[in-house]
Amino acid sequence: MTSDPPQTGGAAAGAQALAPPRTTRVWPGALAMALVPVLALVAGQFLPAYPLRILDMILLYAILGLGLNIIVGYAGLLDLGYVAFYAIGAYSWALLASGQFDIHLPFALVLLIGASLAGVAGILLGIPVLRLRGDYLAIVTLGFGEIIRVLMNNLDGVTNGPQGIARIDEAHLFGWTLSTPQDFLYLLVAMLVVVFLFVWRIQESALGTALSAVREDQDAARGCGIDTTRVKLVAFALSAFVGGGCGVVFAAMQRFVSPESFTFWESLIIVLVIVIGGLGNPFGALLGATLLILIPELLRAYADYRLLLYGMALVIIILARPRGIISRPFGPSWLMRRLGGGKC
Amino acid sequence: MGALILQQAINALTVGSIYALIALGYTMVYGVLRLINFAHSELFTAGAFIGLGLAGALGIAGHPTGGLLVGLITFVLVGLAGVSVEIVAYRPLRGTSRLAPMLSALGMAVVIQNAVMLIGGRRPMIYPSFLPSGVIDLYGAIVSYKQITIFVVAVVLMVGLELFVNRTNLGVRIRAVAENAETASLVGINPNMAISLIFFIGPGLGAVAGILYSSFYGVATFTMGFVIGMKAFTAAILGGIGSIPGAVLGGFLLGAIETFGTAWMPVLTGGVIGTEYRDIFAFSVLVLILLFRPAGLLGEHVSEETRVYKSDF
Repeated sequence: MTSDPPQTGGAAAGAQALAPPRTTRVWPGALAMALVPVLALVAGQFLPAYPLRILDMILLYAILGLGLNIIVGYAGLLDLGYVAFYAIGAYSWALLASGQFDIHLPFALVLLIGASLAGVAGILLGIPVLRLRGDYLAIVTLGFGEIIRVLMNNLDGVTNGPQGIARIDEAHLFGWTLSTPQDFLYLLVAMLVVVFLFVWRIQESALGTALSAVREDQDAARGCGIDTTRVKLVAFALSAFVGGGCGVVFAAMQRFVSPESFTFWESLIIVLVIVIGGLGNPFGALLGATLLILIPELLRAYADYRLLLYGMALVIIILARPRGIISRPFGPSWLMRRLGGGKC
Repeated sequence: MGALILQQAINALTVGSIYALIALGYTMVYGVLRLINFAHSELFTAGAFIGLGLAGALGIAGHPTGGLLVGLITFVLVGLAGVSVEIVAYRPLRGTSRLAPMLSALGMAVVIQNAVMLIGGRRPMIYPSFLPSGVIDLYGAIVSYKQITIFVVAVVLMVGLELFVNRTNLGVRIRAVAENAETASLVGINPNMAISLIFFIGPGLGAVAGILYSSFYGVATFTMGFVIGMKAFTAAILGGIGSIPGAVLGGFLLGAIETFGTAWMPVLTGGVIGTEYRDIFAFSVLVLILLFRPAGLLGEHVSEETRVYKSDF
């Protein structure tokens, strides 16, 4: 998008002279955004194991939220079966690095395999459901999520059924052993940064523009020459790819997987992360994940009343901010312009 | 063989009646608001538990005539709960986005489910039967009075609803709002009244279904709503969401597909696909229907333009 227009003489030169000078500085915005991973890393030095585990979960759900945002926030397709991709990733690690089939592949390879498998599943799910819109799409994806879960519950020979797969290998990444919550914190912070930048750049790219067009008005988008089918499939694949990667990390962190971890409820939590935080806004995913993981932890003292209060909190937040706490326009690009002195 | 098929047909009718009753609630709400009422399945569970509580409080567990009374009171109570769900979770968000009301309804579902758990307990409850006991032999198939009662109650309620919607003044108002809320309000119909009415009737029917379901299986758990709700929703889509006869047809069809599918798939596939895949049938049917006939069997044939808003969220 930065290629110069072809020089066609005086007219182009005149247009360039009229364009406002670029005053946007990059570093203030970049520094502000770097604060999040830095704070997480600093917290990792001091926090004891239990809060650290919660921090890991927040980061994991933030990454899941960023991934789901591609399909729900940018493309406007409500996917209620996102947990299926997460499950595919988790079972990839569980099956390819445990005594189940006595296969022990390295973590980096399985991370790639799990994410790619999920990506392929995303395309396979995407092809038949692309004709659907709105609620219908939501229900089919929900059905897909349930089918994956029922399969995992019943394919005893492969997945060990409801008992799940235990004693999964310890993950090693280029000679570095991932075992404590602190190790995973480093991994998750790195993943968060990569996925965040990736998702943000997608949003600003031609693909992101095409996705917004599909979200706002599919027919008009097609009229403008956007290949809506291709764009949606790419969104499905990318979204699923991120979900699969998170699944691999989740399985490596828990070192145990069972179908119980991949219920419809889990899909909902991820949808809520982005809706409460702010649909289509990468910052929203971070804030949403923080709230959705922290609130139940803070309510732990209320034991049985926990979920009741959680449900009430969800209703209240949605009623107060139906478009999310940080709404769509106030994303990373806005922050960069704001702090960089450019026009907002 | 004949008796076996007959037996399965009867079982299918029983399950189908319950699916159809719940599906009516989904289809009516969808018909008017174009939203999935995620709280509906939990109101179904609440109905079963309120029925249980009432039976204990009134000391009439196990009497069919007492069952009628319990059914009526539960209908009204859960109907009122449905109206409050609408007022709290849907009304303030009307006209914002399509995603927000759906998720606030989900929040309500969580609240209702946990309220039921706190009052009724975590463990499955033994459910007293409100239905007459005894069986009759029908050409080798065993038909229990329970099954007959469930079928009769469901049919009576469905016919009543059909008459109400088509023959009464209030019914006309509901249909007008479902057709076009703005135009309806121009001719003096209060859309909020119609919507409240729908949120009263739908969950009321769902609550009766809850009592019938738990009486039939003899057990009630606070989590039972989710899967039943999903299947009832499938039934509503199968028949054509927004259509009342469609929901009834879809309910009975889904009951048949599930009963026969579960019984015959292990035989046909040599045991590869066992009865444990029962829940997959419903979802597979759902996916297939949506792919090939998204409007459902009795759904109106409307163009994509009018059926779905251009911008969904």
